[in-house]
Amino acid sequence: MTERFDIVVAGAGMTGASAALALAAAGFRVALVDPHPFEQQLAPTFDGRASAIAYSSFRMLRTLGAGEVLEPQACRIEQILVTDGRAPGAAAGSPPPFHLRFAADEIAGRSGGEPLGYMVENRRIRAALAEAVAASDVAVLTPARVEAVEVGPASARVRLADGRALEAVLVVGAEGRGSTVRSLAGIGVTGWSYRQSGVVATVQHARPHGGVAYEHFLPGGPFAILPLTENRASLVWTEPQRRAEALAAASPEAFEAHLRRRFGDFLGEVGVEGPRFTYPLGLLLAEQWTAPRVALLGDAAHAIHPIAGQGLNLGLKDVAALAETLADAGRRGEDIGAEAVVERYAAWRRFDTVALAGATDAFTRLFSNDFPPLRLARGLGLAAVNRIGPARRFFMSEAGGAVGDLPRLLRGEPV
Amino acid sequence: MSAEPAPQSSPEPRSSINAAEVARFQAMAADWWNPRGQFAPLHRFNPVRLDFIRDQAAAHFGRDPRTPRPFAGLRLLDIGCGGGLLSEPMRRLGFEVVGVDAGDRNIGAARAHAEQLGLQIDYRTATAEQLLAEGEPPFDLVLNMEVIEHVADPGEYLRSTARLMGPGGLMIVATLNRTAKAFALAVVGAERVLRWLPAGTHDWRKFVKPEEMRGWLASEPVTVAGPFGVVYNPLAGRWARSADADVNYMMTVRRAPEATGAVAGRSEPGLGGTP
Repeated sequence: MTERFDIVVAGAGMTGASAALALAAAGFRVALVDPHPFEQQLAPTFDGRASAIAYSSFRMLRTLGAGEVLEPQACRIEQILVTDGRAPGAAAGSPPPFHLRFAADEIAGRSGGEPLGYMVENRRIRAALAEAVAASDVAVLTPARVEAVEVGPASARVRLADGRALEAVLVVGAEGRGSTVRSLAGIGVTGWSYRQSGVVATVQHARPHGGVAYEHFLPGGPFAILPLTENRASLVWTEPQRRAEALAAASPEAFEAHLRRRFGDFLGEVGVEGPRFTYPLGLLLAEQWTAPRVALLGDAAHAIHPIAGQGLNLGLKDVAALAETLADAGRRGEDIGAEAVVERYAAWRRFDTVALAGATDAFTRLFSNDFPPLRLARGLGLAAVNRIGPARRFFMSEAGGAVGDLPRLLRGEPV
Repeated sequence: MSAEPAPQSSPEPRSSINAAEVARFQAMAADWWNPRGQFAPLHRFNPVRLDFIRDQAAAHFGRDPRTPRPFAGLRLLDIGCGGGLLSEPMRRLGFEVVGVDAGDRNIGAARAHAEQLGLQIDYRTATAEQLLAEGEPPFDLVLNMEVIEHVADPGEYLRSTARLMGPGGLMIVATLNRTAKAFALAVVGAERVLRWLPAGTHDWRKFVKPEEMRGWLASEPVTVAGPFGVVYNPLAGRWARSADADVNYMMTVRRAPEATGAVAGRSEPGLGGTP
């Protein structure tokens, strides 16, 4: 038996679930397919990361019905302090000296008093989206693995491993780096590994962080302390792969000892909460964003280094642009799976994404290095950006997602 | 919002056309619908004119464009339909569509594509004048898009197309303005510099000024509004509505409802792109 939908979204993670919600809000009949049971991603051991959500992306989550649940769990980022070369622990008792400071009140006029962004634990985002999906018209078909996508002149047939078949005008691949839809569509990828891994853990600290995010560029890779609610912070500790593996495998006592050395005591007593996670880091760009009756979203199209906290934001921008492109096309009677239509979405998002992927790549290479001239140059660069108000405000607006031709959802409007 | 249900199996080719011809028409249809092919300029232009048609039709017929198939029950004529780039979206929005084109290869391609997509559209090799002479029942909406600048007698042609509208009907006319700017952009720019269109696609002397359209329709029981300009933004790669009607523009022509005795040839002043 073949079930018919307008759109099949493969991948029920944060980007895929947001896409399903946005497309259903645009009036499409949407199926959400994932090889894992939908509830599995809500377990505390499934995803230990936290994500920065730009204020424009947060507006969209509100519009899609996930804002109310997320709001009390989202920590406002009021300031970002960037330092180079020194572990914060070296400055005992006081906050570490910084080279570059971004503060939300500087762009208050442009952002309407909103913060630079929000930090939210991924499991909270997943739970809020799951709640919104359950309350929507999205048909959740999980667990179900996509086995084949057969593209015909009028529609695509999605065959699932359990024998079911779905027919849709468009198939959206939102399954992340290892996208099945992408490989079934024959779309190649380019990219490389940074030979770094991110060790992620949540810590509890005695003193309040005041909404400050710290980014320390250490020789092994960036070390970030990202503020969460309830005097907690998410640590992203980037190290060469070997060292990261050793850190992840270390005993809790050994890990905490390493941590204290890096972290210092400017936030008081520090203790690790919950499990540690390691994620290999690499850049991956799909060679095409679309194929006949196929569109790629989020990490399936572009997985970047987490250095700037833009990975999920990029995915959410894709969601907003795709939903608006398809909604507009549907309202003028166009075939939403036609190349002419999906290509408009790709053109809208491609430039922004490639620019950011290039910038984070250059940044990572520049900063994951202990070569003295480079250290001097980047110290001067950070100091220069810090002194030039307009440059600093531009970086903040960009990080907040308020630059460029914004889709309606990112302006907080319905799609 | 969704496409019409696709047929379960591919439809039987018409008995009068052999399989090789069907394959040839399908290949031509693929050309028409390739956004990077020879019709790329038309694909870029399509969204702005589809939005204009939908908004004008929704306002004129009192339909809510946010509902699925908002124009169900209304009859539409697409003159010079080519491969069906307007006919297909209009069918999805609910219109009963008749698409005519003087070229039978275009009609073959349009038919092949609509059949592949499972859309019911009545495509015929014909001209507007032939439909009128054959006593075709009247249409609620007549699309007269980018044809008038190619015909021998534009006045006579425009009056014929206006007579294909039923009382209370609407016609939308799109064309190019006979200005120096249109010569520079549409003829020299698009054909000779950018090579979007084959050289000789347009003859500038046949471009039409909005007031000429008003004059040609003065004897008909219609109300004319416009011009509504559209301009191309080369940086964004998109067309958009504009107050500038110096190059591409559209006009709306409304036929008086039967009951009220309309004054022939009454004409609203140009609204300059702000309807």
